[in-house]
Amino acid sequence: MGSYNSRLGFYLLLAPILLWLVVLIILPHIGLFIVSISERVGPREYEAGFDNYAAFFNEPLYWRTFARTAIMSILATVLTLILGFPIAYYIAKLTRGRTKTTLFLMCMIPFWVSELVRTFGWMILLRETGVISNALQYLGLVDGPVEMLYNDAAIMLGLVYTSILFMVVPLVTTLDSLDDSLIEAGYDLGGTSASIMREIVIPHAMPGIVSGCIVVFMLSLGNYLTPILLGGKDSLWFTGMIYTQFITRFNWELGSAFGFLLLLLSSLVVSAGLKLSRQSLTETMGRT
Amino acid sequence: MSVPHPDLVCSDLTKDFDKFRAVDRVSFEVPQGSFFSILGPSGCGKTTLLRMIAGFQSPTSGDLLIKGKSMIGVSPNKRPVSMVFQHLALFPTMNIGDNVGFGLRQRGIPKSEINRRVQKVLERVGLPGVSQRRIDQISGGQKQRVAIARCMVLEPDVLLLDEPLGALDLKLREHMKVELKALQAAFNTTFVYITHDQSEALVMSDNIAVMNNGKFEQIGSPHDVYHEPKTAFVAGFVGDANKIRSKVLAVNGTLLTLVSDGGAEMKVEARANTLRVGDRAQVFLRPEAIELCNTQDGVNVSQAQVTSVLFNGANSSITVKDDSGDLLKIASPQTGSFANLRIGDRVLARWSPQHARCYRAEET
Repeated sequence: MGSYNSRLGFYLLLAPILLWLVVLIILPHIGLFIVSISERVGPREYEAGFDNYAAFFNEPLYWRTFARTAIMSILATVLTLILGFPIAYYIAKLTRGRTKTTLFLMCMIPFWVSELVRTFGWMILLRETGVISNALQYLGLVDGPVEMLYNDAAIMLGLVYTSILFMVVPLVTTLDSLDDSLIEAGYDLGGTSASIMREIVIPHAMPGIVSGCIVVFMLSLGNYLTPILLGGKDSLWFTGMIYTQFITRFNWELGSAFGFLLLLLSSLVVSAGLKLSRQSLTETMGRT
Repeated sequence: MSVPHPDLVCSDLTKDFDKFRAVDRVSFEVPQGSFFSILGPSGCGKTTLLRMIAGFQSPTSGDLLIKGKSMIGVSPNKRPVSMVFQHLALFPTMNIGDNVGFGLRQRGIPKSEINRRVQKVLERVGLPGVSQRRIDQISGGQKQRVAIARCMVLEPDVLLLDEPLGALDLKLREHMKVELKALQAAFNTTFVYITHDQSEALVMSDNIAVMNNGKFEQIGSPHDVYHEPKTAFVAGFVGDANKIRSKVLAVNGTLLTLVSDGGAEMKVEARANTLRVGDRAQVFLRPEAIELCNTQDGVNVSQAQVTSVLFNGANSSITVKDDSGDLLKIASPQTGSFANLRIGDRVLARWSPQHARCYRAEET
């Protein structure tokens, strides 16, 4: 009787997560896959086949945008790591008590505002008639207005800005767990700041680095708002293409194929990253 | 260099923090190859002192010389000292060989040479062939030895040890005490060891400094610190002692006659006496200095009743209450006629005036 009750409890507790996975993740993806392998042969007539995938590889614009999205997401991840690591190190190791909490909170404050509003904020700063352009003209550094929006640098800026918190939080957690005496021992044994960083701090922070990178990469790859708003018409982000196929072209079959390819891409890059850093997914995600 | 410098010299070393002085004008010398302990209660400033020697904190004033060279302003990675941390601070992301080889790698020594030296030092600490193991695969005592090997492979002039035995269980601690002393003798390196455990300091050291409130109360051999404590603090902190509050009745050369607060009269031999008749004093009496006897002959004999018996093997003791009401702790002999004392037994306690120490009471 007791074991029956505990069994029931186990399944009841498991139910929400199972429901979430099956109804919201697995079922839509099965549906997506089925739609993606149907070819339109006539009005309301469909056959199974890989024509949509073939269309992707035959049209250079599609796979180039795909590759561009992947490369820019990886670049955004690397930039976020380079920027986020010193911030996290400062918060975790060089501050104490109240200062630490305050700094941590300040990292989070921008995220109380909607992503849309934050992105518009950047637009106000960067556009031709924006704050930075006007300031440069006022100081006499440039002759005419400067347009800083609608280019890849603006997209990169937006991507790094939106995702840096998701890098800082896991890094602060792992760096916090690094015992200060290990760093002191490194110095005591003749280590320099660079060698201690390389041999002690980074190996210890590796799970945090990897989990932060995974999250930031996924967020960048799947981001829609930032590339469209900051990159303008020519932004060419793969999520934008999926949107076009579904909404503008009403070509759900090709859109589904694109969606599936994006899923494959992110899984591939993440597993390659884990291989390279010799971390396992359970370890990195379990630690933070 | 005709006159060899002592390995470590501190002169008037002082460290002030915002509100208090952690280390107060401490001066000492440690000769080459000796085992020097700094013994004190927690919060006495001994860790701050050690961190100043290692270079993690800079002194407010005073000088610190290692092998004759001033270390003021020299960063920890440039000092010829190594430190064994309280929790050892072995790097968990490296195997044992990489841990021990860390310092050599920083010096840019070729890999084959590093391997050779790491093997050699691991053999010397009695752990051959463990260099491929992870640090969570070895026992506490072995970790201790790896931590020492990691420092000794760099051949430092001075090895600092920050209570490294604190985390071990009693049996292992007893064992490591002997082993540390043996390692120190084998490497012939100067060890500076800080601890709050007086038995660690007494067993291992060539010299002990007893520290209290940022000051050194006494520096001396374990024998001197135990048998000739210079201050009341040292007498009370090192080893067990019965503390009897009393008043001076008469001074006869070096022999004092005192009366305890309970009213018992006693005689104490005080060589460097500054006490006068009427002064308040504290008498310290080691439990093993009191003997039980059968006759009333001699001085400082009192009648007493056994109030408790604490059996602890060779360290057994009894507590007696003498007829004036003072409680005395006495090391109880486990052989002879007093081996089977029980609570309530009447005994005669006797101690020699030479074995007690008498200090001016710090009255408030």
